[in-house]
Amino acid sequence: MTEPLVEARDLRRTFTVRTRGEGRREVVAVRDVSFAVHPGEMVGYIGPNGAGKSTTVKMLTGILVPTSGHLRVAGLEPSRHRRRLAQRIGVVFGQRTSLWWDLPLRDSFALLQKVYRTDPARHSANLDRFTELLDLGRLLDTPVRQLSLGQRMRGDIAAALLHDPDVLYLDEPTIGLDVVSKGRLREFLRTLNAERGVTLMLTTHDLQDIEAVCDRVVVIDHGTIVHDGSLEDLRTRGGSTRTLVVDLVDEAPPVDVPGATTTRVEGPRQWLSFPADASAAPVVAAVAAAYDVADLSLQEPDIEQVIRELYAGR
Amino acid sequence: MADLLARAVAPAVDFTRIGALWVRASMAYPVSFWLLAVSSFLITGLDFAGIVVILGNIDDLGGFGLHEIAFLYGASGLGIAFADLLVGRVERLGQMIRLGRLDVMMVKPVPLLVQVCADEFALRRLARVLQAGVVFGVGCWTVDWTLPRVGASVVMVVCSALIFFSLFVGLACVQFWTTDSAEVASAFTYGGNTVTSYPLSVFPSEVVKALTFVVPIAFVSWYPALFVLGRPDPFGLPSWLQHAAPVAAAVCLLAAGLAWRAGVRHYRSTGS
Amino acid sequence: MPAVPVPQSAAPHPSLYAAVAARSFRRYATYVAATLAGIFTNSVFGVITSFVYVAVWRANPTAGGYDVTDAVTYVWIGQAMLMTVCMFGGGSPDALASRIRSGDVAVDLYRPVSLLGWYLAADLGRAAYHLLTRGAAPLLVGGLLFDLRWPLGWELLWFGLSLPLAVAVSFALRMLAALSAFWLLDDTGPRSLLNFLAVFGSGLTVPLVLFPDGVREVLTALPFAAYLQLPADLWLGQRTGVDALAALGLAAGWAVVLLTACAWVLRAAERRVVVQGG
Repeated sequence: MTEPLVEARDLRRTFTVRTRGEGRREVVAVRDVSFAVHPGEMVGYIGPNGAGKSTTVKMLTGILVPTSGHLRVAGLEPSRHRRRLAQRIGVVFGQRTSLWWDLPLRDSFALLQKVYRTDPARHSANLDRFTELLDLGRLLDTPVRQLSLGQRMRGDIAAALLHDPDVLYLDEPTIGLDVVSKGRLREFLRTLNAERGVTLMLTTHDLQDIEAVCDRVVVIDHGTIVHDGSLEDLRTRGGSTRTLVVDLVDEAPPVDVPGATTTRVEGPRQWLSFPADASAAPVVAAVAAAYDVADLSLQEPDIEQVIRELYAGR
Repeated sequence: MADLLARAVAPAVDFTRIGALWVRASMAYPVSFWLLAVSSFLITGLDFAGIVVILGNIDDLGGFGLHEIAFLYGASGLGIAFADLLVGRVERLGQMIRLGRLDVMMVKPVPLLVQVCADEFALRRLARVLQAGVVFGVGCWTVDWTLPRVGASVVMVVCSALIFFSLFVGLACVQFWTTDSAEVASAFTYGGNTVTSYPLSVFPSEVVKALTFVVPIAFVSWYPALFVLGRPDPFGLPSWLQHAAPVAAAVCLLAAGLAWRAGVRHYRSTGS
Repeated sequence: MPAVPVPQSAAPHPSLYAAVAARSFRRYATYVAATLAGIFTNSVFGVITSFVYVAVWRANPTAGGYDVTDAVTYVWIGQAMLMTVCMFGGGSPDALASRIRSGDVAVDLYRPVSLLGWYLAADLGRAAYHLLTRGAAPLLVGGLLFDLRWPLGWELLWFGLSLPLAVAVSFALRMLAALSAFWLLDDTGPRSLLNFLAVFGSGLTVPLVLFPDGVREVLTALPFAAYLQLPADLWLGQRTGVDALAALGLAAGWAVVLLTACAWVLRAAERRVVVQGG
């Protein structure tokens, strides 16, 4: 196995919080977290708000100094060698742009070439490739303030990649995007990884981002890693369930089929839950055989629920 | 050697590039740009206009005439104008922290202070340099020039800029801990500029001693100017103080550098 | 179009504006550290300027018709009014300007309440907070450090009357600067020009009474005099009786004229938003 690109051992970060009445209080945002990411991996980093996702990413990028623990990214200690590390990583913060609001995209890109001191030939080759992949051609001469959220996100991602980073961190890259934009972005990330071997680490609320892009998912809650493995593993752990939503033609008493339990009834609509690792086919077949069904839909366990169950099961 | 030189000028080059882009961005609103340029020039000239109005009612202030006050005002004004041109934006550190913009800057391979100070760079800040320069020129009229006095004047303006530079940066570091009390810094930066625009002889001697030994703001104009203008110290303080501005500037720079380092290490980012 | 039907005829209850003002007051009251920092800075500038004025009036004990006590009192009234009337800009018009830039203002224009009244109420709430904290505290500091003149009887009444007029005039001018954002998109230019006029024309840089004849009369007649020179003269008893009433009348006239101008510009802006589609 190759050397890990990101290596965290017993990484901890505490904050001092001052509250009225109680005085100073220590809050542990990240509690002795350990993991390693190898070159070319695509890792999803998920967890509810305040779980410690952002704090971890900010330590990995050198923004925050860890309270304790060992951390190496590309062989560097992030907070100590922040500027050298910056050459090796790309960071996209979903909610904020690093582009110049009043200037065309092209101008921001040109400055980044200077700032990163990227070889001009390399820069223009990258710019051409990303312009093609992210469909930025018509946008290059448009002031950033006139771009839609999705267009701006594409511009920000190109900006983070022009200097050929080894690792790309994406913080909530699809937040606020429409379905089409989300799909294109995910496709781009897969291409990027396949074509250039860029290691990806993305934090998200959206399970579908993980599903579409990542081969590994790390779940953090209350500052602690509660899962590190594939998405499938995550689904089947902690007794999580999927839900079949059935619209019957007429109102009926709770549906009774083997392998599933009815959890909710609202007029002709009923909610049936069954284990996440079981196939939906027999349940669907059994319902269709016994009742007049108008419509069916399947709900995957939502991430909050998975994590809640995961955490409660510990 | 060449590599060392390249590394030394790199921050200045980055500052210029980032600043130039901001200037171009500001041209997106041309009316506002020109209104700002004109009003900046006028607004920075207000204090001196005030002094002129005051001197219309009296013969001298604290034993100093209009030209001598112009010399003091110009030295302090040039210092804060150069410092403001380079690092004035550091005052907005708290806002950058709140908006998460500091995070974006921290993952770029350019020194953080350079990025913070080049942020939203505006050419209109040159107006302040221009205005202070004009008043300083008026003040120079009255000086009985000798070579040592020319040298002392140059050193004075450089040290004045360095001391204000340090005050801007050092006091802005408070915002790494609390972003609410940023205004305290103004009492020292702009307050210091106001104090040193006047002959310190109008202030009580305790105040002047505090401005000499506690916050060494008196060195931006008062002490070197006493030497250049050939005036005895009204408070009878030792004359070597009139040449001590470089020491004061070095101490201030050191303190500001330490504060900045401590601040960046303490930085806790925004909640998101 | 607004999602909720807007009752066109319903005039909002006055208590709405009182509630807006109260909310604005409370919002500013949450920034305790900022307020303390501001009081510190105001006090430092007050001390510096006081020493300078003491030296000035020592050289000319009757400059501008003030004695040294008047002059030093004037300094601290200046520090008290500085934030109350937003001498350097700010207050609710700033919030409006950023809503104009972001386009959120379209929502405000469709509200069944007067936009001008809403923002005026918010600014009055803010001004009340700043007067009680950043106005009163430096005055107390000044009173402890220097010998000040305190108003009694009529002087206090005249001064009290001048305060809402000062805020209204300054609000209307700041509002006009903010509304320029409808056309310029960026209001920093007009705002900075207004700052210049306010700082100089109000008498903050130097009391208007020290200006030479002719210039002084012109500056006193302009609306900026209502920010500081007028309240200070009323406090100091420099203008009393009929003279005080006339001066207050002039300030009130400016307030009416400028607020009317705001309403007129807002109507023009409303038409513009409809054209641009917000």
